[in-house]
Amino acid sequence: MNIHEYQGKEILRQYGVSVPNGRVAFTVEEAVEAAKELGTDVVVVKAQIHAGGRGKAGGVKVAKNLDEARTYAAEILGKTLITHQTGPEGKEVKRLLIEEGCDIKKEYYIGLVLDRDTSRVVLMASEEGGTEIEEVAEKTPEKIFKEVIDPVVGLTGFQARRIAFNINIPKELVNKAVKFMLGLYTAFVEKDCSIAEINPLVITGDGNVMALDAKMNFDDNALFRHKDILEYRDLDEEDPKEIEASKYDLSYISLTGNIGCMVNGAGLAMSTMDIIKHYSGDPANFLDVGGGATAEKVTEAFKIILSDKNVKGIFVNIFGGIMKCDVIAEGVVEAAKQLGLDVPVVVRLEGTNVDLGKQILKDSGLNLTPAESMADGAQKIVSLVG
Amino acid sequence: MGVFINKDTKVIVQGITGSTALFHTKQMLEYGTKIVGGVTPGKGGTEVEGVPVFNTVLEAVRATGATASVIYVPAPFAADAILEATDAELDLAICITEHIPVMDMVKVKRYMEGKKTRLIGPNCPGVITADECKIGIMPGYIHTKGHVGVVSRSGTLTYEAVHQLTQAGIGQTSAVGIGGDPVNGTNFIDVLKAFNEDPETYAVIMIGEIGGTAEEEAAKWVAANMTKPVVGFIGGRTAPPGKRMGHAGAIISGGKGTADEKIRVMNECGIKVAETPSVMGETLITVLKEKGIYEQCKTN
Repeated sequence: MNIHEYQGKEILRQYGVSVPNGRVAFTVEEAVEAAKELGTDVVVVKAQIHAGGRGKAGGVKVAKNLDEARTYAAEILGKTLITHQTGPEGKEVKRLLIEEGCDIKKEYYIGLVLDRDTSRVVLMASEEGGTEIEEVAEKTPEKIFKEVIDPVVGLTGFQARRIAFNINIPKELVNKAVKFMLGLYTAFVEKDCSIAEINPLVITGDGNVMALDAKMNFDDNALFRHKDILEYRDLDEEDPKEIEASKYDLSYISLTGNIGCMVNGAGLAMSTMDIIKHYSGDPANFLDVGGGATAEKVTEAFKIILSDKNVKGIFVNIFGGIMKCDVIAEGVVEAAKQLGLDVPVVVRLEGTNVDLGKQILKDSGLNLTPAESMADGAQKIVSLVG
Repeated sequence: MGVFINKDTKVIVQGITGSTALFHTKQMLEYGTKIVGGVTPGKGGTEVEGVPVFNTVLEAVRATGATASVIYVPAPFAADAILEATDAELDLAICITEHIPVMDMVKVKRYMEGKKTRLIGPNCPGVITADECKIGIMPGYIHTKGHVGVVSRSGTLTYEAVHQLTQAGIGQTSAVGIGGDPVNGTNFIDVLKAFNEDPETYAVIMIGEIGGTAEEEAAKWVAANMTKPVVGFIGGRTAPPGKRMGHAGAIISGGKGTADEKIRVMNECGIKVAETPSVMGETLITVLKEKGIYEQCKTN
């Protein structure tokens, strides 16, 4: 799950990680009020969307007085920002962070991320703050320093110190930087983050070490133990169909094609998209009904697929293991009854309780096209949607 | 033969009284797996499906002599279940449970360092040695005894591959699902090593997907060490970058972990990669014929 920058900073503050003072604003009036309360000469007006590259897209402005703050807030609120992470359709700005300006001396990069190779959390840092870490990795990989963290002892003082010296933090600020990194690591572990990226981390003229930006993502599988993080969820930032799917524990991702897919298992679901494309079709979605789906969930999955107006046909591809074919079949029949299917549906069933599943589909009298294999099904649905 | 498990493997089921575990305990027993006990805290002393239930893994192991465990415990408690299996010094713990928090697995993996237990999974279909022992959730009927090993990150794609082989008259030794999570116990190389050492296995299908670099590393290991032919498949060729496709592992970012990159490295390492998921079996057969071992691999 993603959260906004201002929410990430709220969390960091709880862990003693310094961030500039700031307030969230949903309207221009609130923005001006926030700027007044901050009382600094300069405030920064920052668009809050779940995507990076906001500055380049005109979503971050420095205001030197209240009038400017008002002008920029009015300009950015409601604007659709298009960045390299939003896709061509962009994202509408509905929230602003009004933050005190600070006297930046130098920018750095600090990030925590899971490293699959070592199965450990890794602290990464670089002197090249403000630039994307992928770009630094490509152009000047020698400027990235890493520390692999043992979960038994957590991030240690010496590791944080080594990073601080390696990225040339001025020596009088090393202790502050160490405290910053230790706080960030504690937040990462206690809140089950999947990414915590501070870019830039800055040192200021008055000798502070601060997070000027904060990107935090959380492990969806751990949200059950973090009610506070769940409160930060912003539904405006998510696709309505994906929200609906998440209510039923369905893994759904919207795509742009016209063939709806319902599959069990992530690997098979991805491969189903691949094979549809192979036969020159275009999938409308990725949908993994998961292992523990019930007939009701399958019905809901159908509703979500059909709520996409681009969908001209559906391919159901099930290889039952933990998922039973009869459950899928019941769900398909129920969905057809409730929704009155008017698009072609190709069904391929194999695996646990396959005979029972096929029988249920046959007895339903529904006009479903059976498929013998994945390739057969993909070819049939592609030709049916024309 | 086959890898990791065989007809003599004694198995306990952790979380045996849950509905999924019960269903699959029955299926495993029907397949002929020696399920000798189950564990559900607080239900010790009872019996389900004719199998005695214990309160703790240690108790179950002492009473039954089990050497393997299969875990169906719900995600919030699954990491603890793996730790308990490790503490009881089982040879093998197979964790079926999906949605275990990553940080839990980071700790589990650290705890298991230097310990005796091999973990397979989590978020996996399990392991089957055809006609001998089935531990997990895979449908038993699609497997036939033979000489091809299957290893995969995806459960349903494993079934797909096995099904294609059986339909084409090619039997299998074992099929191993290593799971789709970013932190897992056994990796591709561990399984490939085991297949390489198994005299009954003549060839291997390796099924990967986008995300991470496990397939690339495995391919390099194959080029340097494997004495048997390996064919492959990579799922997610057409997945849009940055989107997480169900498996937490299946996310491509920063150019790392794309299907094209994996396929390129696999080809370089002498692994023929199936063009689509429906020709995994055919691709293997082509290679078996090239190597002149097709007849030996045919079931009938």
